[in-house]
Amino acid sequence: MNENLAVIYQSFPFLINGVMITLGLVTGALGLGFVMGIPMAVGQVYGNKTISGIISFYVWFFRGLPVLVLLFLFYFGLFSLLGFNLSAFTAAILVLGLRSAAYQSQIFRGSIQSLNEGQMLAARSIGMTKVEAIWHIILPQALRLSIPGWSNEYAILLKDSAVTYAIGVMEVLTRANFVATRTYRPMPIFLTCAVIFIVLTYGGVKLLDILETKVKIPGYGEER
Amino acid sequence: MVLHVENIHKSYGKEKILKGVSFKIKKGETKVIIGPSGSGKSTLLRCINQLTIPDQGTVFLEGEEVTHHQKEINRFRQKMGMVFQDFNLFDHLTALKNVEIGLIRVKKMDKIAARKKALEELSQVGLEKQGDFYPAQLSGGQKQRVSIARALAMDPKVILFDEPTSALDPELIGEVLEVIKKLALGGMTMVVVTHEMGFARSVANEIIFMEDGIIKDQGTPYKMFNNPEHERTRKFLYKITELYGKSEE
Repeated sequence: MNENLAVIYQSFPFLINGVMITLGLVTGALGLGFVMGIPMAVGQVYGNKTISGIISFYVWFFRGLPVLVLLFLFYFGLFSLLGFNLSAFTAAILVLGLRSAAYQSQIFRGSIQSLNEGQMLAARSIGMTKVEAIWHIILPQALRLSIPGWSNEYAILLKDSAVTYAIGVMEVLTRANFVATRTYRPMPIFLTCAVIFIVLTYGGVKLLDILETKVKIPGYGEER
Repeated sequence: MVLHVENIHKSYGKEKILKGVSFKIKKGETKVIIGPSGSGKSTLLRCINQLTIPDQGTVFLEGEEVTHHQKEINRFRQKMGMVFQDFNLFDHLTALKNVEIGLIRVKKMDKIAARKKALEELSQVGLEKQGDFYPAQLSGGQKQRVSIARALAMDPKVILFDEPTSALDPELIGEVLEVIKKLALGGMTMVVVTHEMGFARSVANEIIFMEDGIIKDQGTPYKMFNNPEHERTRKFLYKITELYGKSEE
């Protein structure tokens, strides 16, 4: 038992550095997905047939493939083909981000469509353009409604970050494996790894819960 | 002539909702449109401010054509206020911000001037103390009054009311009708679709009876209630008055 604890103690700094990488992956991918997902959702709801067609195709593609396949396809295939010399870390953020955009756009689209049609009508009736209405009236409400779904996406991305082990990103799982194979003590190491992931997942979800409460519209959804 | 609506036709798929509706309204007039459900009253209002684009026909606001000028529609809509049956307040904004937002974002007023004007409009509808409440915290009557303030803030040339009290509890109808009456007496040009006969009788310059997508009868309240041209009009008014009671004289 002492040897197990010693191994955990000694490798902890090394694993924690992996947490920085993991969080970097998750924030980068979530951020990219967010920045792309919103215009995609708006395009699908308010755009013409061509625009929403292109977006639907994009979503279909990135939702249809396993993360691992996408990672290999892009990192070993497409990026080299196009001459991009990206590190595994950067490539992983890109691929996970592009994929997250597909999922996030559907979360946002659902929220936008759940709003009463009257919101857009009222906004236009006072002379707002479609864009002004979307920016000032639709999105502020839709984004608040999207927080639960987005919390889900965070949890999923956190888990997917471990898959980047396969292209050599030095995140938590990769490091855990590194230590486990060298110390021949898989149990304590992978258990520590598991604990780290659980803490990160639920820590993040809790933060998003707090955010949801903070931006909640007073009186919304309550019985009058 | 503030509003000139000419020969509006509108179909949804195979169903023809409006079959050639025309009317005019002068500054300061209040015209009340009545009629059974499905007669096209709401569709007509939406064809006026182009929230629904008519298949045929024209709308002129103060002599300028609104139809066929989609590029300038936002400018026209600033001059045509609309009050909806379901209020359609912006749920994420306080009552005050609901009234302000058009002034700040559409009219590009500076924030201080906008706030001042918004407070004035809320006072006009009796809600100056409720400015910081969110729509979900307000009663139906209060919500509708905020939405009237929101429409008023834009200084419209005409306000279109689409069954403004139909979604309200009976006890709350009075406070909204009071506000609308006050506007009428103050000289606002208004087109009101409603079932409130007492209100129509006391406030309207003209009552327009619509059925099956056309105007079947129109005239002053006195004429419509006592001496309409069609028996159908008399029957309808009688039935509605019976149902809704004479809420005002």
